[in-house]
Amino acid sequence: MSDTIFALASARGKAGVAVFRISGPQAHEALARFCHVPPARRAALRRLVWQGETLDEALVLVFEAGASFTGEASVELQVHGSLAVTRAVSLALSQFPGLRPAEAGEFTRRALENGRLNLAQVEGLADLIESETEAQRRQAMRVLSGAIGERAEAWRRDLIRAGALVEATIDFADEDVPVDVTPEVLALIDGLLADLKREISGTRAAERVRDGFEVAILGAPNAGKSTLLNALAGRDAAITSEIAGTTRDVIEVRLDLDGLAVTLLDTAGLRETDDRVERIGVARAVQRAQSADLRVFLLDHAAETLLIAPQEDDIVVQGKADQRHHVPDAVSGLTGQGVDRLIGRISAALAKKAASAGVMTRERHRLAMIRSVEALESARSRIETAGSRVELVAADLRRAVRALDVLVGRIDVENLLDEIFSSFCIGK
Amino acid sequence: MFHVKHFDVVVIGGGHAGAEAAAASARIGARTALISMRKDRIGVMSCNPAIGGLGKGHLVREIDALDGIMGLAADSAGIQFRLLNRRKGPAVQGPRTQADRKLYRDAIQDLLGTQSGLDVIEGEVVDLVQDKAGRVTGVELLDGSVLDATAVVLTAGTFLNGVIHIGDQRRSGGREGDVASIRLGQRLSGFGLKRGRLKTGTPPRLDGRTIEWRGLDEQPGDENPVMLSFLNKAPAVRQVACGITHTNERTHDIVRANLGRSAMYGGHIEGVGPRYCPSIEDKVVRFADKSGHQIFLEPEGLDDHTIYPNGISTSLPAEVQNEYVRSIRGLENVVILQPGYAIEYDYFDPSELHSDLQSQIPGLYFAGQINGTTGYEEAAAQGLVAGANAAAAALGRDPILFSRADSYIGVMLDDLRSRGVTEPYRMFTSRAEFRLHLRADNADQRLTPLGLTAGLVGRARAAHFQEKMSRLADANDILSARSCTPLELQSVGLAVSQNGARRSVLEVIASYDIDWSHVLHLVPDAVMIDTETKEQVWRDALYAQYLDRQRADAEALQRNELVKIPANLNFAELPGLSNELAAKLTRHRPENLAEAERIEGMTPAALLLILAHCRKAEPARAVAR
Repeated sequence: MSDTIFALASARGKAGVAVFRISGPQAHEALARFCHVPPARRAALRRLVWQGETLDEALVLVFEAGASFTGEASVELQVHGSLAVTRAVSLALSQFPGLRPAEAGEFTRRALENGRLNLAQVEGLADLIESETEAQRRQAMRVLSGAIGERAEAWRRDLIRAGALVEATIDFADEDVPVDVTPEVLALIDGLLADLKREISGTRAAERVRDGFEVAILGAPNAGKSTLLNALAGRDAAITSEIAGTTRDVIEVRLDLDGLAVTLLDTAGLRETDDRVERIGVARAVQRAQSADLRVFLLDHAAETLLIAPQEDDIVVQGKADQRHHVPDAVSGLTGQGVDRLIGRISAALAKKAASAGVMTRERHRLAMIRSVEALESARSRIETAGSRVELVAADLRRAVRALDVLVGRIDVENLLDEIFSSFCIGK
Repeated sequence: MFHVKHFDVVVIGGGHAGAEAAAASARIGARTALISMRKDRIGVMSCNPAIGGLGKGHLVREIDALDGIMGLAADSAGIQFRLLNRRKGPAVQGPRTQADRKLYRDAIQDLLGTQSGLDVIEGEVVDLVQDKAGRVTGVELLDGSVLDATAVVLTAGTFLNGVIHIGDQRRSGGREGDVASIRLGQRLSGFGLKRGRLKTGTPPRLDGRTIEWRGLDEQPGDENPVMLSFLNKAPAVRQVACGITHTNERTHDIVRANLGRSAMYGGHIEGVGPRYCPSIEDKVVRFADKSGHQIFLEPEGLDDHTIYPNGISTSLPAEVQNEYVRSIRGLENVVILQPGYAIEYDYFDPSELHSDLQSQIPGLYFAGQINGTTGYEEAAAQGLVAGANAAAAALGRDPILFSRADSYIGVMLDDLRSRGVTEPYRMFTSRAEFRLHLRADNADQRLTPLGLTAGLVGRARAAHFQEKMSRLADANDILSARSCTPLELQSVGLAVSQNGARRSVLEVIASYDIDWSHVLHLVPDAVMIDTETKEQVWRDALYAQYLDRQRADAEALQRNELVKIPANLNFAELPGLSNELAAKLTRHRPENLAEAERIEGMTPAALLLILAHCRKAEPARAVAR
């Protein structure tokens, strides 16, 4: 029996409508967890609810086995095309037991196997799949070239080492290999587990799906941050006044910026202060600003420096454009001058971030790490249980390695043998 | 040319590949000839005197499951049986035995001699006969006689351009004491097959009477020996122990001081040697910080004083061998009967082989070291595949194919075809991704049915197998018929939750470490299950949960294996396929989709295109969107 697979069938990024396709024996059952299943081939508007939360309103189409694109039972969800929604839906789908993200070309392959496509049609689709694969490859490369890449490289080394140690005790039992490799294997597994868990909790995918991107507005006291926030939000969300230090806590406003779900953060003005309450506000502002996806620095003058420095891609503008002239790109929350341009810059910066962490890729990586953690934990508990079988530890380790394929590259038996032969003098 | 004789299959070479090939071909019912340069050397063990081991023991069991001869001969010659990894799980246990060389050779010659439909012919094959289309149709012997054949299996071992090195001395030869097949080698060169060069080494052979055994560690055989063949229960001859000693710093100093005189380090050898069987020179150089290496002193036979010191193969000059061997404890006064040597030989790139081991030359099959492998067991397993398929082809039957999901044989064939070799290929259990399923103990359950279908399995074996299977089925019936409540399971000390579901005793055995006495308590009928069957039920159940998890992978693999790629599919003409991939596909000629998938750089889109072309004949049923 084949797995049930899902994928975003429409192009990634923001669009009016995004289409999810689910195919396989559990497709209908999975849909039933989100909404009342409509009759086959009848478009129906449904509210998708996952674990008590409404994800979106979607146009839902159900196809029965034998009468779908793949020939299998399948479902199509047409949801709103925002990144936040597509993220939320793919995350929810991946949490349904038995569902997994489709590999490149998998829908087409199933259609072909079930006799739903002819050769010409497959050839037409092949280009599409090729580009999809290429995009996935590029995204994986991007992940691997960054900071996470160095970690992935270390994981790969540790996985090969742990696998090799275990395999050496199995395949070279009669040779001069260390009999007890347990301490080293355990240390390697523990290191991997700690890293992977940190990485999993660090991926803010889940948080973003709920909250969208966070954009913090920063500046000195009385720079006009709250006024700008209100202008962006189109309502009086924050109290504004002439008094410096009016905003003390972090004020959050959720809004849709050009189709992107964004939480704007208005923060306390950054300055050294003796006021205890304000000091807490400033510390909070710094902390939230640093963890935000994007920072907008609202400066009084171009040379001004604040408690934290802008990062790459952050936006730096001068405020109170109404009070100064001839400063290009200056904004004013009061008059609305430059606000549209600022919105354009914010959404461009966020779209760039969104593209560099493609929804499915990111999610795929997170799922891979979760599966790997499960396998490593199983291996760990086996090693610690007296009298348990080393071949099962090896099987768990292989599972952990396979799960991490997308992150660390394929690890083949030859890699293990290389490690074994270079570490131990094999050959009696 | 005179007196032409006709055979269905001619097997060239009487080593382990050739013997198994000839036997398999004849079992299938093909009229078979085995040609060897010397009849009396058929079945000779030219390297270490042992059969089986990890991965290797698995291969022997698979050969045995297909009614082959290696396991039977090993059992009748076995003088020290050990089940390796006895304390680990059954999936990684490999049966092994030291074998008396003479008894082993005699057993092989007997088994071949009594095999009906098989002629053993002494002679040297000097040429292959081909028809106009290039198909091999027979062989020509040195005396000018010709043997007609529908298919020919070549098991030339290390005889192709074999060069033996002892220090700076070198001469051509297949193995010590035999001549190399130069004419046949030249003939094969003309085919334009891709070749490579490998090397392997042997240790000096020692006179056991000159070894000081007192004070050396002894390694006895197992108390309850496990046989290589499913048909045997106990050793046939007297059992002996092996000795263990170690090299020391002095040994290493001697080797180090003479490295320049070693054929390998002196630059006389171009072939690549196996990393898992390094020479003493290699060990000393690569693991310089190790102060000693273990040596097993293995007796070569019950009435033979020769000792095979496993662990010190070498290509140093004879006098240096003498010096370093005598630096080893217990060997201070030892007499070397025959110096160790290294041998270089040609192999044909196995990635050019078909999955039935037919070469690029129609009608010509390759098996054994000629394909870049090492080891008796690897050679014999290929011999069986090549012999059986040559016979099947000659008789117009379907090929007999193996999968990574069903056997180590399948793993080996696939590894060889999809990756080629960079060092002599040896089997390890870690090569098998479905290791928990591919066990030595269930080789018959996995393969004997296939052997029966192919006509490889004789009547006696079939009866033995069916009897075992019916005992297993009965036991499984008894154990699955009885289902227990959580309360009952708790009563025998199992930690199950109170509100769990009822489970059959078979399921309980699969999930818990339950004592047999408790099983008897739950199912009194289980008393009818004999010990051997009980153990097999337990082995099958042990990995059940893991096997479930792997089943999807195995099924996906087998689904792809079932999609055969037509031999005439022109990859270069497939639209949408990159030139690079098309070239790789053309070179590797995958026979099914699973093989294509394993080609390096394969993409999902390319795979889909190939699949689509394989399905071309089938009309699309309906097209939705």
